[in-house]
Amino acid sequence: MTKKKTQTFEDDLQRLQEISDLLEKGEIGLEDSINLYEEGIKLSKICYSKLENAELKITELKKQFENGFPDSLSTEE
Amino acid sequence: MNHILSVSELTSSIKNTLEENFGDINLIGEISNFKAHVSGHWYFTLKDSSAQISATMWKGVNSLVFFTPQDGMKVIVRGKITVYPPRGNYQLDVRSMKPAGEGELQAAFEKLKRKLSDEGLFDVKHKKTISKFSNKIGIVTGIGTAALKDMISVAERRFPLAELVIAPARVQGEGSAEQIVASLKMLNNQNDIDLIIIARGGGSLEDLWPFNEEIVARAVFDSRIPVISGVGHEVDFTITDFVADLRAPTPTAAMELATPDKRDIFAFINEFFYYSSNNLTDKINKEKKEIAQILNSYGFKSPQDNVRNKSQFLDNLVFRFQNSVDKKITYDKNRLNLIKGALQSNNIDKILKKGFVLVKQKGNFVTRESNFIKDESFILKFFDNEIIIK
Repeated sequence: MTKKKTQTFEDDLQRLQEISDLLEKGEIGLEDSINLYEEGIKLSKICYSKLENAELKITELKKQFENGFPDSLSTEE
Repeated sequence: MNHILSVSELTSSIKNTLEENFGDINLIGEISNFKAHVSGHWYFTLKDSSAQISATMWKGVNSLVFFTPQDGMKVIVRGKITVYPPRGNYQLDVRSMKPAGEGELQAAFEKLKRKLSDEGLFDVKHKKTISKFSNKIGIVTGIGTAALKDMISVAERRFPLAELVIAPARVQGEGSAEQIVASLKMLNNQNDIDLIIIARGGGSLEDLWPFNEEIVARAVFDSRIPVISGVGHEVDFTITDFVADLRAPTPTAAMELATPDKRDIFAFINEFFYYSSNNLTDKINKEKKEIAQILNSYGFKSPQDNVRNKSQFLDNLVFRFQNSVDKKITYDKNRLNLIKGALQSNNIDKILKKGFVLVKQKGNFVTRESNFIKDESFILKFFDNEIIIK
């Protein structure tokens, strides 16, 4: 997979899972815990609203070569 | 001598005889030496246990055959005998072809399955993992089909963050296998498709046959993008199902396998809110308890006690000091009074010793004549004694 700069929904959820596990283990200090918790709440809100407001996108691929010729050629010429 | 025929005359005569008498026949036989030429024409032999005949099926008509014939398959064909004079041979020009029975398709299915299995196309090691979150899902299916509608509504319900990229293909009849292959390749040429679903609703064995074609199976195998197959109903198994990275029993089920459920994600987020804040509260309480314990520990307590002890000691000191000072003051005061008294009496005594007398009336010394009360008894005080005079 290529490295994408933008944080995807999956990345966010994964991070949330990580934070959740870390907090559950309870091995980290209070200050870090609070920071993680704040990060988690932020991520939760982002994920929630992304999913809540999502609308399914549907695109249709056109066959590029119809009868051996590209569509664009036959329509443009 | 009889009339001597030329080869052309004989051949022409044979051609007329054969083509008139066998202009429209039905023939049952087993296919062998099947070849699909690049031109699109089919060349093969039909045979039984003791005879054989060459056959052709031209491009325009063979596209109507829903299956690709295989060697060993028993078929019923309809066509006519033609004679090709330059070669001096006769052959069957096939117009239509169908399997001699459902068993024939089943046999073809088993044969292809064995072949591909032997080649390793079904091996688990080739199966790609299906990501839990696919952002772009390619779909190979018929436009306007119930299967497509079902898949769209499942995606909408479960994971509307996804994008569906539909690569339309005929999924039944003429040329469908080729179209499915083309659509699979088209999706593989896109650079951001995460997953492909190849799907078709339920139907007869004949309807589902494109998914049992070798070219489709190989295209699925060659796909660099993971493929989920969802063809027919639960009971239907196709060759495509065996090659696919994941087999779903139906198109609906395929989309369910391809997408996470929105409700699960919401539940996960809610759980995070609930458990994580609980965890954090627990942590804070634990820390608080620890602090309280430290404050109560001996080490922390002893300085406090020390302070208290010292302050009590100090209070004591102050108290004692104050006490002694007070006592001293009282003592000195008393002494002072005594001395004062002594001093006073000392003064009067000295004067009396010189022979003076003091007159006392009603307990007071009479120091003026005007203070003297006549007819009242008085006391004369000498140095050594007093006399009462009435």
